Amino acid sequence: MALLDILTYPDPRLKQVSQPVQVFDDALRAFVADLEETMRAGPGGVGIAAPQVGRFERIVIVDISAMRKLPKGSSNSGRLLLINPEITEWEGMVMGREGCMSVPDYTGNVIRAEKISFTACDEFGASREYCCEGFEARAVQHEVDHLDGMLFLDRLVSRRSDLFRRKVYKKKDEK
Amino acid sequence: MNEHWYMLTLVGRDRPGIVARITHALFEGGCHLGETSMMRLGGNFTIMMMVRFTGTTRALEQLVAGEAESLGLRLHVDRVEGGLHRHVEPDVRITVYGADRAGIVAQVTGALAEAGLDILDLISDVGGTEDAPIYILHIEGRALEGIPALASALEIVKGKGVDAQLTPIDIMVG
Repeated sequence: MALLDILTYPDPRLKQVSQPVQVFDDALRAFVADLEETMRAGPGGVGIAAPQVGRFERIVIVDISAMRKLPKGSSNSGRLLLINPEITEWEGMVMGREGCMSVPDYTGNVIRAEKISFTACDEFGASREYCCEGFEARAVQHEVDHLDGMLFLDRLVSRRSDLFRRKVYKKKDEK
Repeated sequence: MNEHWYMLTLVGRDRPGIVARITHALFEGGCHLGETSMMRLGGNFTIMMMVRFTGTTRALEQLVAGEAESLGLRLHVDRVEGGLHRHVEPDVRITVYGADRAGIVAQVTGALAEAGLDILDLISDVGGTEDAPIYILHIEGRALEGIPALASALEIVKGKGVDAQLTPIDIMVG
């Protein structure tokens, strides 16, 4: 196994769309092991996507179970290896703070679906259905974005957007 | 000459185009911008900018003085220590709101400071109407003595006519 180098923005390769995995062989499984080792070596990293290490195939690993304290309201599926993942259902919206191993020294607020359903293959090509919510769902959405050349920077909402501001509508009789 | 970081502050009546004109003058003068924060407070334009510059405080003031004066802005420049890539991440978000009255911020931040809150970001606003103004305080910070300590402090504050909410910030790094 080996630690892989992480691409960091502004490396243009992070904006590249990754291709589906076609062959599920030993070489793929060896790469997955390296990818996982790289994720676990990163400070606080709970997910990683293959394009972050310069391999433009649709492979993602998420594991929030190593966190010191599991965030409230989150599902915890342990280690998720998701090959050719497809999100099929989105439910609810929630704002949360994200950082990225490919964007050091910056975190920002991003709106994500609260709950998602998705399908993905394992390292042998068998397809499975999954459901996640909360922090874990956020991690999956963040990683799947990488496969489409999207960074959380593309989805930032203002740190100063608070929950109170809203448009004031005039009452009908004031028109 | 060595480069230094300066904190440049401008305050005055707001109008469109201020940021563009000031930053253009800085760029033309060879400055490099770091972190900046602009806010409109009570109709006033306010900005603080980290500016990297090879030269004295006086020379930096002179670079911007013309534009600042023509825009009617008061200018202040300080040489500062510090630099970039020193972000400290918050682990808690606290929102407090209630009918506006004097002393809300002092009471709330006093109680939270005692319970170990290190404030990293604070914004407050007055909404509602002139007859019935409401005060809204939004804080992000680090709970140096743990989140339960802050939650207990907030419970006490809540008895004094304000509503408060505390949410842990879990940063997802992927």
